Amino acid sequence: MNGEKRYVMVVDTRLCVGCKACVLACKAENNTPDGYCRDWIVEDIWGIFPNLRAEIRSERCNHCSNAPCVDACPTGASHKVEGGIVLVDHDKCTGCKACIASCPYDARYVHPEGYVDKCTFCAHRVASGKTTACVAICPTKTLHFGDVSDPHGEVAQLLASRRHKVLHPETGCEPNLYFLT
Amino acid sequence: MQRRDFIKITGTTALGVAVATSLGLPKSGQAESDPGTDGDHTVATFCELCFWKCGVLAHVKDGKVTKIVGNPMHPLSNGALCPRGTGGTGLLYDPDRLKKPMIRVGERGAQKFKEVEWPEALDFVANKLKEIATKHGPEAVALFVHGFGGSFFRHLLNAYGSDNVGQPSHAQCRGAREVGFQLTFGAPLGSPEVIDLENSRAIALIGSHLGENMHNTQVQEFAKAIECGAQLVVVDPRFSTAAGKARYWLPIKPGTDIALLLAWIHVMLGEGLYDREYIAKYAIGLEQLRAHVADKTPEWASLETGLDPAQIVDSIRLLAGARPAALLHPGRHTAWYGDDTQRARAMAIVNALLGNYGRRGGFYFPTKLGVPKYAGVPEFAHTFKRAPDRPKGKVFPFGDEGLAHGLRDATIPGTADYDLKAWIVYGTNLVQALPEPKKTLEAIQHLELLVAIDVLPAEIVGYADVVLPEATYLERWDDVVVTPYKSQYIAVRQPAVAPLYDSKPGWWIAKELANRLGLGAYFPWNDASELVKARLEAGKFDVAAVLKNGVALGPGKPVFLEDGAPASFATPSKKIELFSQQLADAGLDPLPNYTPPEEPPRGQFRLLMGRTPTHTFGRTTNNRFLSEIYSENELWLNAQVARDMGLDDGAQVRLTNQDGVKSTPLRLKATQRIRPDCVFMVHGYGHTAPGLRFAKGRGVDDTALVSRSKIDPVFGGTGMNVNFVAIERA
Amino acid sequence: MLPTLLEHTSTRVNAEIDPVLHIWGWEIAVYLFLGGLVAGLLILSSLLLWRPRDTAPARILQLAPLVALVLLSLGMGTLFLDLAYKLHVFRFYLAFRPTSPMSWGAWILVLIYPVAALSGLLALGPELQGKLLKKLPLVGVLAWAQRQRQVLLGATLAGGVGLGIYTGLLLGTLTARIQWNTAVLGPLFLTSGLSSGAAFLLLFKLDEADRHRLVRWDMLALAVEGVLIASMVLGFANAGAAGQLAADALLGGAWTASFWSLVVVMGIAVPLVLESIEIKKHLPLVAVTPALVLLGGLALRAVLLAAGQDSGFRLLP
Repeated sequence: MNGEKRYVMVVDTRLCVGCKACVLACKAENNTPDGYCRDWIVEDIWGIFPNLRAEIRSERCNHCSNAPCVDACPTGASHKVEGGIVLVDHDKCTGCKACIASCPYDARYVHPEGYVDKCTFCAHRVASGKTTACVAICPTKTLHFGDVSDPHGEVAQLLASRRHKVLHPETGCEPNLYFLT
Repeated sequence: MQRRDFIKITGTTALGVAVATSLGLPKSGQAESDPGTDGDHTVATFCELCFWKCGVLAHVKDGKVTKIVGNPMHPLSNGALCPRGTGGTGLLYDPDRLKKPMIRVGERGAQKFKEVEWPEALDFVANKLKEIATKHGPEAVALFVHGFGGSFFRHLLNAYGSDNVGQPSHAQCRGAREVGFQLTFGAPLGSPEVIDLENSRAIALIGSHLGENMHNTQVQEFAKAIECGAQLVVVDPRFSTAAGKARYWLPIKPGTDIALLLAWIHVMLGEGLYDREYIAKYAIGLEQLRAHVADKTPEWASLETGLDPAQIVDSIRLLAGARPAALLHPGRHTAWYGDDTQRARAMAIVNALLGNYGRRGGFYFPTKLGVPKYAGVPEFAHTFKRAPDRPKGKVFPFGDEGLAHGLRDATIPGTADYDLKAWIVYGTNLVQALPEPKKTLEAIQHLELLVAIDVLPAEIVGYADVVLPEATYLERWDDVVVTPYKSQYIAVRQPAVAPLYDSKPGWWIAKELANRLGLGAYFPWNDASELVKARLEAGKFDVAAVLKNGVALGPGKPVFLEDGAPASFATPSKKIELFSQQLADAGLDPLPNYTPPEEPPRGQFRLLMGRTPTHTFGRTTNNRFLSEIYSENELWLNAQVARDMGLDDGAQVRLTNQDGVKSTPLRLKATQRIRPDCVFMVHGYGHTAPGLRFAKGRGVDDTALVSRSKIDPVFGGTGMNVNFVAIERA
Repeated sequence: MLPTLLEHTSTRVNAEIDPVLHIWGWEIAVYLFLGGLVAGLLILSSLLLWRPRDTAPARILQLAPLVALVLLSLGMGTLFLDLAYKLHVFRFYLAFRPTSPMSWGAWILVLIYPVAALSGLLALGPELQGKLLKKLPLVGVLAWAQRQRQVLLGATLAGGVGLGIYTGLLLGTLTARIQWNTAVLGPLFLTSGLSSGAAFLLLFKLDEADRHRLVRWDMLALAVEGVLIASMVLGFANAGAAGQLAADALLGGAWTASFWSLVVVMGIAVPLVLESIEIKKHLPLVAVTPALVLLGGLALRAVLLAAGQDSGFRLLP
């Protein structure tokens, strides 16, 4: 960290009950088209009855620091803004889908209007000092969002004090969605 | 180096283009990512997607509700919401909503209606009600109700002369628990339950799948407890969401919970894990209890429950180790096996032994704010005839509320003390809410009048003589809500937008009917907003502030013994009754006894039902917004059993129950997460009502398979987990 | 050590993304095939025309760059058909993104047009040139081009190589798809493009020397393709969980049958045998072999395009 703003989301898998409020709050906030979602719930079960282990995760775009989608985009539609948030400029998008193919998390989709769409980390809310819609709605306080470059901030503190992981670190994308385990 | 980097570098060099990707990032993506769903104003009200009554803020833009978020000031939501609350717009803008009053023209149940204007519909209902009062007496009319708006209809029915009110939320849901805890501690637990989950250090759940059962505040507190390191014990035949977070998961054989509870009590008493001081001070009946469980060893319970005796002992030691901040959650839907009140009693006893009633991390003594009644509503002059909610000559000694299924049965002539002739059904889909649905349909054919007041054309609406379309909670005023809780607050419901179509608020419908029945005096206010404001003013509330905030908070009062709350046990002995003389006097077991459950025959499985966080029974399955996630239920079957039966995960299967009732096809979920002797599905699917154009035909209606129930002798509730099903490929 | 992940459920059901990524269909397969074929055509025809010859080259060789342009336009047509936001197609040409193969491709395609067109015009016999030039004000340009013939052929060759590399790399850089995440994919598509180009030319009348040269080149390309496929599969099989998954898809999974039957046997092995027989026995040549090679080239793209989309990281724990 060199003090540059970097937004991350921290998901506490111990607290998440997979209620999907985040999924629906995102749909309502972002007016996501019917049948599509920008965030989703994954449930993984390991083991054989009755020795089982579960993990529930609220997932979305990882706003990777080394974002393959931004690299793959031929027009500059996929781009980064302050804090490392990855956005898609609808006006520049040709719908070529190279970014979709480049995303290890399959976080993107083609909006019925033709452009590629995905989680924006609610950049419009963050810009006015609010947190994301999914974080705001979460009844279990599973979700945390903030600038990790602030060592005293909530997310930095959580990552400093709790065991965590990212999904598929082997891709080298440097994802910014952390899961407390 | 990543290959992508390599290409980046070579590409850059080749063209001699310097691209500084990390420099000069745009300031923010505010403009380009703003979907514009913030309202031009918000309306603070409370939710009705379930019955928890969380405070919400409805964002309204250009006369449309764009989104619904939690009200940070409301103690039940604390700014957060469950998915259903978030999906309120899906109800408001459901294209299948009832739009105009209708009167039946075809056979009852043939779904043939003509649309009429409100005066005609209301006159029709009022004339019929007058006729029935003359012919059979007003007590021949029953009201089935669920939801806060029902209060106006209850008032109307009382004014009319009947108190025959049935809520399936009692005998088909939490009645056993209420009766069991009332018998033990002197008070039912109410809603929200008077439990202090957030401060619990150890929590045990029996069959309660908190997290899938998404009562907002409780789940918030549950997560908070886990966050603070609370340990969980989850007793469930299914590896529920909560089980996934538990220190101990006890995959119990269904129907044997009382055996486990008796063994737990045995261990607590045997090892001295209980709160001696507390029991000595507040409880009676310890010695009888001790004798009662003397032989109920973990080894004995192990044989009945299929659990490891060590796990039985370890789990109760864990729980007792944290007392008094240890809670055996009382559950909510407890209508399982017909011995449910006794199971609730056993659970209450375990809690008493933990010394947690009136203690932080256990149960609290609730407090509430007072809001005066509207001045000028006359008292009822008449007394009410006893509800015919039980078969002729049958006595259920306990339980204060009407039995919904009993009222249904009383509609079949000659069943009960007198026959019911008319139903007013408010927001209650009796076809899916009551066991033995065949009986429900039979009863309906004996009615002289069936009025359905609802938002959506649920199954029951199709059988109505008159259909009155109600406005949703986002379009109407309701009475002030006063909730006994650990903090003090009141909340108001006010419209975010005007009623769509020709729908009307419940208060208006009730008042108009009252006027036509000559009972207008009981509804002296002009409208519900006047009712609310007058009550608030009389209570010296700042009306403008309450309407702005949607809620008013009180100063609070101690709710725990350690904070100075007085111990209050409204039992006959004024003590916690471990041994219940009341039950003994009524000829029932004064201490809970275990009876082994009936075993499913070979090739059949016990059918268990439950919840999904995105739905409230069948009431929300037509909500397109909510149903994007879980649009149809599936059948959970143990993966090994499925393999042995040659059924793959995802296969379409059909169920046949012990009475030969066949289900429609549904998807099989072959999973490690359930015992081999039972199957599970989420309740509320498999709609047949043609008007529910989205939900119709999706998934399976579990109620159709509940063709038998076991009656709880204590209060008459219906145990519904007593049906067995065979599975075949569809 | 965790027990095996047994149950994985997700609420996400985005169209074309779930349950299996399916964003690219026949349009992209055809585009990739035509791109490779055109690359092969440009490279091979430039090489064959490199040395001045006594007699006029066969008509197809003269026309090759122009035919290539027609095929390339077809390919760009199918690419356009695949765009979800067709009105924004011009956006490709308002930016150059050096990290994006798609951007490189877009620009390579437009650069190839003038080069290949000029090259094609030069290669036309004098009578064809005469006919065309009457209508087009290109005399000066053509005279200039004539002087720069070698340079132009070189540029055409370079364009072909660029196009071939690009169509190969396009999928290969999308490392999120395990099946495409192999360094072999680019060379494989390039080689297959060369083979397709040769096969395409072999469908037409050629002089004996050119034909023999092309058949030998094609055999070499097919043999190299075989080696590359073998190394790809072996590479996957020895590259941990991710690679195992990719290997399984080709060795014992959903794509095994089509891959081995259409691509390896029909598209490589059989043509290789037929061509070696042709060479050895000096048999009269038939269209069957080149047709098989072309179909094999198309099948290679189609199968790897589909298998790749079906090989996301979501399949890994």
